[in-house]
Amino acid sequence: MKTRRRIYLDHAATTPVDPRVVEAMAPYWNEIYGNSASLHEFGRQAARALEEARAQVAAELNCHPTEIVFTSCGTESDNLALRGIAWAARKAGRGHHIITTAIEHHAVSHTAEQLRDLFGFEVTFLPVDRYGMVDPDDVRAALRKETILISVMYANNEVGTIQPIAEIGRIAREHQIPFHTDAVQAGGTLDLDVQALNVDLLALSAHKFYGPKGVGVLYVRRGTKLVPALTGGGHERGHRPGTVNVAGIVGLATALRLTRTNREEENARLRRLRDRLIEGLLERIPDIQLTGHPTQRLPHNASFAIRGVDGEALLLGLDLEGIAASTGSACTTGDPEPSSVLQAMGLPYEWGVGGLRFTFGHQNREEDVDAVLEVLPPLVERLREMSPIGAPGGS
Amino acid sequence: MSGGVDSSVAAALLVRQGHQVIGMMLRLWSEADNGQGPANRCCTLDAQYVAQRVADILEIPFHLVNVAERFRREVVAYFIAEYAAGRTPNPCILCNQRIRFGWLLNRALALGADYLATGHYARIRHEGGTYRLLRGVDRPKDQSYALYRLDQHALAHTLFPVGSYTKARVRQMAREMGLPVAERAESQDLCFVADEDYRRFLQRQAPETIRPGPIRDLAGRVLGEHRGLPFYTVGQRKGLGLTARPGRPGEAPQPLYVVALDPAENALIVGPAEALRRRTCRATQVHWIRGQAPEAPFRAQAQIRYRAPETPVTVIPLPDGDVEVRFDEPQRGVTPGQSIVFYQDDEVLGGGIITR
Repeated sequence: MKTRRRIYLDHAATTPVDPRVVEAMAPYWNEIYGNSASLHEFGRQAARALEEARAQVAAELNCHPTEIVFTSCGTESDNLALRGIAWAARKAGRGHHIITTAIEHHAVSHTAEQLRDLFGFEVTFLPVDRYGMVDPDDVRAALRKETILISVMYANNEVGTIQPIAEIGRIAREHQIPFHTDAVQAGGTLDLDVQALNVDLLALSAHKFYGPKGVGVLYVRRGTKLVPALTGGGHERGHRPGTVNVAGIVGLATALRLTRTNREEENARLRRLRDRLIEGLLERIPDIQLTGHPTQRLPHNASFAIRGVDGEALLLGLDLEGIAASTGSACTTGDPEPSSVLQAMGLPYEWGVGGLRFTFGHQNREEDVDAVLEVLPPLVERLREMSPIGAPGGS
Repeated sequence: MSGGVDSSVAAALLVRQGHQVIGMMLRLWSEADNGQGPANRCCTLDAQYVAQRVADILEIPFHLVNVAERFRREVVAYFIAEYAAGRTPNPCILCNQRIRFGWLLNRALALGADYLATGHYARIRHEGGTYRLLRGVDRPKDQSYALYRLDQHALAHTLFPVGSYTKARVRQMAREMGLPVAERAESQDLCFVADEDYRRFLQRQAPETIRPGPIRDLAGRVLGEHRGLPFYTVGQRKGLGLTARPGRPGEAPQPLYVVALDPAENALIVGPAEALRRRTCRATQVHWIRGQAPEAPFRAQAQIRYRAPETPVTVIPLPDGDVEVRFDEPQRGVTPGQSIVFYQDDEVLGGGIITR
């Protein structure tokens, strides 16, 4: 068995924990281990660390510490935002209409669908253009007097397109409708100033920016009414019960703070790697296109549609060469359907099944780009020749 | 890899021999697929879990490959169409040819593999410049019948690691290797039929194939009504809903058997036992493993269905590529749609689909 260098290019799926984050978390396993809700000094010591972390996160988001709710992950944050707003509106007898987009992560779209299918809410899924971009005018046109929430993701996980959040936020503000953004993919590279973004709710997940898995954040602007999605004790000011994961939260806060160091420099470096990969693949592979917006895109995201090839076969072939990438949406049952995001962008079937996503991170270097440029073109050629995908109903 | 003992041990043997092995599982189609995951026996979530565990223990990569739509289009659709045409299909033959040793083989080769290996009980030998397909060593478990449509390209790139062992030995090896295999009772039933009753499957999936019609005797007289041709197969005696035809004065009444299905008239033809005895049959879509169709008649052993015993025949190749088969001993249950497979000693020569 050949041993070759392993190359990780799937940072949008998750990232390794920064050693400085591991170090920051270390005391909170068995030195400072009290339950942060306990009255004694063991608890208070943990609580101090928790509130210190909260203050750090608030500083990063330019908000007040009381507006930060810690959760177990980005999905939970999104669930809390959507369900919280929906049931608060139901409780107050206010309205029942939610506006979101066709390209949201399942944490948002499936939650919205469940609210619609089981709880009687109405949902508008706004279309996107061929770059996956939402038009703020469409948001405005969809508003009704029953609208209780607008939810638009900050940056798309599959194709990297960055949405006009601040502009949509202004529209939401005009009509005094709570505005939520799933910023899980944006954390780490993009600016998270919630005042500049005009958002009322913002979701983050630590493991996307070199923090630990199992911890997330929901920013909740003061005055925004939420009914808790989980019920239990009164932790997190009643927003989210459950003994607080202090170690994880310290990790999240540290990781978030670290994203600020050299962010512009690192983003520029990521863009260079990304752009060299994009240019190289577009040159070497016939019938390939970049998916997502060419300029309004995450600095580390290079996503493609490759015609007539099964994206999963590409992943398998790359994996055999030691290269880790993604088709954009993890799926355990192995469904070869083109992703709903690519479909929403209008990509025909034989392009959509060939979705491939590379996302760069701190440890990637130029050689990693070289490796992909060497391995992928012949792989595509072999698959096209021996095991192609036709239109459904074809071979 | 299916999670079953045969494919698990096959993978383990290859790893032990020092090959670079990648485990793949096919996600097929089942009508019972629902939100709880696939229901096809070959790829339930439990089966996936076990197969993944085996791959973990062997320290090999494991990938689930979705061919559900292709399987439905090529195998399930064929299955339904054959019943609609009054024949009794064996979809496993087509699945092996088109899906496993067709699409999957090509996918594996495209990804850089040299071989596709499975847990089938069969053997491949390279002799005299061609690849030969042989029965597995464990005769009651031999699966070569279902593989008769493999071509030279497939055989050149296929390995059957357990074909040289008995099933008992394979089970023992699994235990010795500590493999957590699914000890399923072997089922001969169709993998994609939810309740393992193909008649109800057809009622649900292709109700137009189930239409009542006349039961006729060999003279054309109507004796009763059948429930729909797919409910019957050649040689069937029970379930016809007929009383036995009275014999001539002094004779015992004769039981009646399904002799033929007539899809054009939607009629079920029944007759006495002698009418079942066939001395010849014809087969079409004939495939020859060595690649060359023989020109002259030859002697062989034939199996007219999967678990039928061998029977000596003379095979006469016809100009259009079909064959006429003459049985030394009259055969009951020669069923259009089933495959007749020819053997010489342990070697599969080829076979075809029985027409009439």
